[in-house]
Amino acid sequence: MNLSIETITWLLPLPPLLAFALIVLFTNKNNRLSHSIAVGAAALSFLGSVYVLAHAFADSHFGEHPIESSFPWLQLGATTLNIGVLIDPLSAVTLAFVAVTVLMIFIYSVGYHNYGQPKGDHDHKGFPPHGATEHGHTVLSIEPMYARFFAFIGLFAFGMYTLVISDNLLTLFVGWEIMGLCSYLLIGFWFGKDSARDAAKKAFMTTRIGDVFMLLGIAYLYAETGTLSFRAILYNEEVLNLLATTPSWFGLSAAGLIGLLLFVGTIGKSAQFPLHVWLPDAMEGPTPVSAMIHAATMVSAGVYMVARMFPLLSAGWHEGGALTPAMTGMAVIGAFTALFAATIALAQNDIKRVLAYSTISQLGYMIAALGIGAFVAAAFHLVTHAFFKALLFLGSGSVIHGMEHGVLHTGNHKVDPQDMWNMGGLRKKMPRTFWTFLIGGMALSGFPIITAGFWSKDEILADAWAHHHYVVFGVLALSALLTAFYTMRQITLTFLGQPRTKEAEHAHETPLTMTGPLMILSVFAIAAGWVGIPEHFPVLGPMINNNWFHHFVGSTLLNPPHAIDFSIIPLATSVGVALGGLLLGYLAYRNAQTDPLKKLLGPVHKILENKYYVDELYDRAFIQPAKKISHDFAYLFVDRNLIDGTLHALAEITFWLGGIFRNKFDVPVINGFGDWVADAAQWAGNTIRKIQTGSIQQYMLVSMVLAFVGVFFFFWVIQP
Amino acid sequence: MAFLQFLNDWPVLSLITFLPAVGGMALLLIPGDRKDTIYKVALGLGAAVFLLSLLVYLGFEVEGARYQFIEKYNWLPQLGISYHVAVDGISAPLVLLTGIVMFTGVIISQRIDERPREFFAFLFLLATGVFGVFVALDMFALFFFYEIAVFPMYLLIAIWGWKQTREYAAMKLTMYLFIGSVVSLVGALAMYFSSGLKTFDMLALEGANFPPEFQILWFPFIFIGFAVLGGIFPFHNWSPDGHVAAPTAVSMFHAGVLMKLGAFAALRVGIMLLPEGAKFHLPWIILLTLVNVVYGAYIAMVQTDFKYVIGFSSVSHMGLVVMGFASLTPEGYIGAGVQMVSHGIMTALFFAVVGMIYDQTHTRELSKLGGMVQKMPFVTFAFIIGGLVSMGMPGLSGFVAEFPIFMGVWLSDKPWIAIVGAISIVITAAYIIRLIRRVFFGEFPAEFEGHVHDVKPSEKFALGLLTLVLILIGVLPGVIVPMVEAGVDHVFALLGGM
Repeated sequence: MNLSIETITWLLPLPPLLAFALIVLFTNKNNRLSHSIAVGAAALSFLGSVYVLAHAFADSHFGEHPIESSFPWLQLGATTLNIGVLIDPLSAVTLAFVAVTVLMIFIYSVGYHNYGQPKGDHDHKGFPPHGATEHGHTVLSIEPMYARFFAFIGLFAFGMYTLVISDNLLTLFVGWEIMGLCSYLLIGFWFGKDSARDAAKKAFMTTRIGDVFMLLGIAYLYAETGTLSFRAILYNEEVLNLLATTPSWFGLSAAGLIGLLLFVGTIGKSAQFPLHVWLPDAMEGPTPVSAMIHAATMVSAGVYMVARMFPLLSAGWHEGGALTPAMTGMAVIGAFTALFAATIALAQNDIKRVLAYSTISQLGYMIAALGIGAFVAAAFHLVTHAFFKALLFLGSGSVIHGMEHGVLHTGNHKVDPQDMWNMGGLRKKMPRTFWTFLIGGMALSGFPIITAGFWSKDEILADAWAHHHYVVFGVLALSALLTAFYTMRQITLTFLGQPRTKEAEHAHETPLTMTGPLMILSVFAIAAGWVGIPEHFPVLGPMINNNWFHHFVGSTLLNPPHAIDFSIIPLATSVGVALGGLLLGYLAYRNAQTDPLKKLLGPVHKILENKYYVDELYDRAFIQPAKKISHDFAYLFVDRNLIDGTLHALAEITFWLGGIFRNKFDVPVINGFGDWVADAAQWAGNTIRKIQTGSIQQYMLVSMVLAFVGVFFFFWVIQP
Repeated sequence: MAFLQFLNDWPVLSLITFLPAVGGMALLLIPGDRKDTIYKVALGLGAAVFLLSLLVYLGFEVEGARYQFIEKYNWLPQLGISYHVAVDGISAPLVLLTGIVMFTGVIISQRIDERPREFFAFLFLLATGVFGVFVALDMFALFFFYEIAVFPMYLLIAIWGWKQTREYAAMKLTMYLFIGSVVSLVGALAMYFSSGLKTFDMLALEGANFPPEFQILWFPFIFIGFAVLGGIFPFHNWSPDGHVAAPTAVSMFHAGVLMKLGAFAALRVGIMLLPEGAKFHLPWIILLTLVNVVYGAYIAMVQTDFKYVIGFSSVSHMGLVVMGFASLTPEGYIGAGVQMVSHGIMTALFFAVVGMIYDQTHTRELSKLGGMVQKMPFVTFAFIIGGLVSMGMPGLSGFVAEFPIFMGVWLSDKPWIAIVGAISIVITAAYIIRLIRRVFFGEFPAEFEGHVHDVKPSEKFALGLLTLVLILIGVLPGVIVPMVEAGVDHVFALLGGM
């Protein structure tokens, strides 16, 4: 069989979908078979991706002739909607991190859901496993809905692959929505818990708000151009110019309005302020889901989409020129979110929530980078972040798992295995988890030279500096400082020092199915940065000397961006904030028993801990009023009182009128007349009966008299 | 399709239209206590009608003539009334929709225990009325069938409905619909007398060239009169009350098909015969539809009765159909045409599910339900698919319908209507998620243990058929969109190529 590269690209999303169908329909009773199918499917997609990527990466002019193939799907009026696949440099690098992280997460899930452990004593579907008794000990028990989990993540992976290989906004949106649906199913995986159900609903609804605007953007774009194909819109200078110069509503150009609408979709999906509220709550899902949704796939999809649409968002902009409205929006929201979320992360005690806010903050970085036109830097950070954040999430899952082991050992279920203040000293208990988490944490903090995060973050800062976006530069540098600080806080509290609880003392390293993926991801968390070392970087630049990533991804655009000159200020800044933050974090928490920030920040800490009360604000400002308006105003007042009331009043009036007609007219007048006629007839009958004597002579006499009177009347009264 | 050529020699549309009524009469001949036989005969009749409607759908040539399967006989030639039937690209899918809803409605009516014979007879009479409206090309015949469709509804609700509200709801529904149709009838008579053609034939009236003032005067009467049956704000209130009070199969028919009748007649008689009036009035009518769409969704969100949620969601979704018409763009009309089918199937599915749950739990209060997925996994799956359709999830029919509608509204230079209307998508997601959560997930109430079981295979088949259509249209929109578009092209020829 000879498969063309296009065919293989088409086939990439299919294995996980097939796995979903097979597990749901046939193997959901068999755990071993189910996870084998799911992991096998992920591996198959991975291998296919490697094949496609080998082709892509080997081609130095790949951006000019990408892999593409499409067919018509829906005829609408004069235009046809095509759907198809496209692998160009941007989707190639995205595919690379998706393929790797998805496979790792699948493998990790086997261990995370306690495969090989006995069934729980009191476990129910919809609740996390509570442990089983074996030989008198309490041990971890297998997830009661083990097979179902693999089915769901299979569908999720299908959504992400579909999104990445799409050559048009429509199928991208399909993948986008499938992931939205799966995020609902997976965040609410333990549906027995109210908190999980609420979080699932919140995630779905919040991202949905963004999705609707995105859909409008898509509809508008299609209405303007008659196509949704990326190549036809984004690689066509004429179309872009036309969109940029077509005046539209609200004082914007068509490109500006479409760009903003699409960007709102990203605000929802990538959890940017003000739609960021769902992401931290989504930590209710199992940890592999957190890694999947919050690192590798769904939130990255939001950034990927705006990066994909960058030529449209920046239509009318040229390097160094004034930003378009959509870009300004992205720069402002991205930079603000980066700082905003980083400050919240400072005051969180749940190990996963710190990572959740860190994710929001890092996504803000990428959005801000796109906003100032640093296309390649944003894509670069997207890739490196996916690796090290997946690593960190999975690492935190491993920590929690280790802690749960301790909890089962002591039997004290009041100890929260996710609270970092219950940990400490885990480096000795869980060395593999510690070292890999450390690598991830360093990459997130941007530890100079060796970690991937340094190179991508540095490139964003350098770009902001070189193009004189000093405010963005300042805000991002400050967030980088905070990032390094809270990361070190997390590492110190979790792994360093001495155990603060008995449970931490009895924590246990997790199985190889979990630590294996951690080790592989940590390789990427370091090495992924080396592909993008700037040409002009001292010593290393000339040594590696090609900045492959920049040229490769840059060729996605019609006008590839220039490499910026080296400047010491951003470099010194990024090195300074990373090292400074790490050092401060270590010093502050090295021996801490309580949080020193609490004292230092006072009431501000309370605000941070409560996430600026945004959730409460939304509840009071939107959710409660919406319910009130729908129920009290729309339903009770308008629908039941006004409309139905009018109707009932009309009915009443009709009845009343009927009553009047009946009682005042019908009964006395019409009926009365009728009755009167009847009465009169009866009276007449009674009266006349008296003359009915039965004597024929008498009748004759009366007849004669009447006849004479008649004749007389006729001739003398009427005739003359 | 070529192998269906033979249909052209058959009076297939008359067969579809009258078979249900005749069959329904025949049903009355079976002794009333042989319920099983009655159900089987009804099932066979439903299947036959469904197959015929499928044949019509498949036999319709998208590239062919505008009207196909034409039959025309004189009826009252002195008054210009004829029996003239045919289907075009817009009505052919609606005929199939009716066939599907009819068939599945009969399947799930096995639980009807009280006088099933009369129930099915009236249901089939209703179907005759509905088919008649969709295929009629003569205005008189259209009104005739329209009233036939409304009349059995009263009895079906008042006799077999939910005891608490059935009399009120039946009366309310009948009053609204009769008044609506009388208002339209006045407009129709105005057309008949002023055209000077002495004919009720709509093909002839299309060419009547009514003066613009006449059109502007009479369009609102005809359009709104019919749109009452489409649930247009503020004349929508008969619909949720009616849905709730009606027995399951009637709710399915009612929301699934009957509401389309209103929208369809408003298009056929209102927009197509009075295009100038349409162009003049629809720009403000779109505001009413916007209220429908958003307001209906909001109200659905706060209902505590399972069936009322679905009832108000129909108000919201039917608003989208009329919004598509009111956008006056081909995209909007294509979307509206697909939405009629998509919503019909989806809402039939919803009501079927509500009925299956109510029959076993005897409650529709959301606070009392929960955990149904444990007992009825397939029903849950089908409901979720329907829910996703109603949220406009791509890959399902709702998206194929709503995407063009919103696009049409953008194109009609009213972006803010599209934006406000799109809010409904979010609210829809909110109430659907709420339903799924409250009814199917969460804890299974202990009191239902032992009372609630999985549904019968026949019921699964019905749900499966409905679900399949929703997925099929979503994945392969080519099965319906070109056909609808062929019909829409003609509407725009009349509207003067907007």
